[in-house]
Amino acid sequence: MLNFDYRRPESLVEALSLRKEWGGKSSLLMGGTDLFLAIEEEVRRPELLIDLKKIDELSRLEEKDGSVHIGAAVTYSELIRSDLIHDKLPGIWESSRLVASVGIRNSATMVGNICNAVPSAESAAPLMVRGAMIHIASSSGSRTVPAVDFFTGPRRTVVKDDEIVTSISVPLLKGKFGESYVKLGRYRGEDIAQVATAVLVDEKLNFAIAYGAVGPVPMRIPGAEAVLKGKKPTADLLDKAKAEVLSTVTPIADIRASREYRLHMCAVMFEKAIAAAVSRMETGAPAYGARLI
Amino acid sequence: MVREIEFTLNGYHQKITVKPSEKLLDVLRDRLGITSAKYGCGKGECGACTVNLDGKTVRSCLMYAVEADGSVIETLEGFQRLGKKEIQEIYQKHNAFQCGFCAPGFIMSTDELLSQNPDPDEEEIKEALAGNLCRCTGYKNIFSAVKEMVEKRKGRES
Repeated sequence: MLNFDYRRPESLVEALSLRKEWGGKSSLLMGGTDLFLAIEEEVRRPELLIDLKKIDELSRLEEKDGSVHIGAAVTYSELIRSDLIHDKLPGIWESSRLVASVGIRNSATMVGNICNAVPSAESAAPLMVRGAMIHIASSSGSRTVPAVDFFTGPRRTVVKDDEIVTSISVPLLKGKFGESYVKLGRYRGEDIAQVATAVLVDEKLNFAIAYGAVGPVPMRIPGAEAVLKGKKPTADLLDKAKAEVLSTVTPIADIRASREYRLHMCAVMFEKAIAAAVSRMETGAPAYGARLI
Repeated sequence: MVREIEFTLNGYHQKITVKPSEKLLDVLRDRLGITSAKYGCGKGECGACTVNLDGKTVRSCLMYAVEADGSVIETLEGFQRLGKKEIQEIYQKHNAFQCGFCAPGFIMSTDELLSQNPDPDEEEIKEALAGNLCRCTGYKNIFSAVKEMVEKRKGRES
């Protein structure tokens, strides 16, 4: 029988002091769409749920000091409706629209998505290519961790038992750029990614490439980025970059897809993601949100 | 470890004592007589438990009742009182039900869609209803009901 206590602090200070007192016996509750099931399935057995939804300072979504700040309480529906996200972080806008369905996106948050840290976490790869930073607080201070260093294993992150992730900040880019996010799912609605690819390219043809769902943690592919850097992606270069992708990812076979199929799709989606990002930078097409696979 | 919570349910004030582990869906169904919200998959994937909380559809199977403290909840039971009966009538007209289990969830999602976007195109309707599953696969009539609802409202406005 589930038996836990519940608190709904109204300030971050109060939440952090509860976190300090209860540590690993507490779980942080925001949208709850992942945590609820982890508790039902007894993967997590918290003695205290700390509901963060009423903490005003976690709900900010704003542009400040050259970055977009996404508070821990900002839901996917809020991100999708935000002109700021649509105009300045189109890859994040595009990927947010592929998270589950409206009824989940109304509750689920981006911070919750990365804290849950499944390898297929929808926002991981798009945040990694943008060089996002994760802001983490505890009652003794705060620290900032790059998104690329945030994940330590399946369902594991650098966040400690007395800490709370308060926000994500994503640096804005100057000049022209193009992004893309390609998700391989089986159907629309609730499916999680079997492979996810995010690409960012800027005017100097610097590429940032990240994959989700094909290793224990979402990852950047520095080898492929180096191959493509500063050059127009010809068929020959794309083949070399693809080889780098395939030697970096380590997909497993599970109920959703075989390892071989995932590897095959890593290569297929790589080409589509690169092509979409480059053409979006140059011509604006295909529109963000258009189906790329 | 119990909590006294209060919320507005279909326009009526409710005060109820719950344990923190009680699901919102169970409290609605077993203690407040709200049977339109259904337990389907229990994982947030099928949409049968959809209710409207503070203006947005949520999965009542994926929430604890304590989280709803202070909120405003709407379910299908309140649609007549809330002046939203027309959506139900058009679903009926199109026979957009087979077994009917998914219908309340579909109607809640349709209501949310039309309140945010009075003129959705086909793609937007699909997007809005993608999280509701009909196990009888009777989607065609559901889509035609939603389309007629859109046309009817547009006709009234022009």
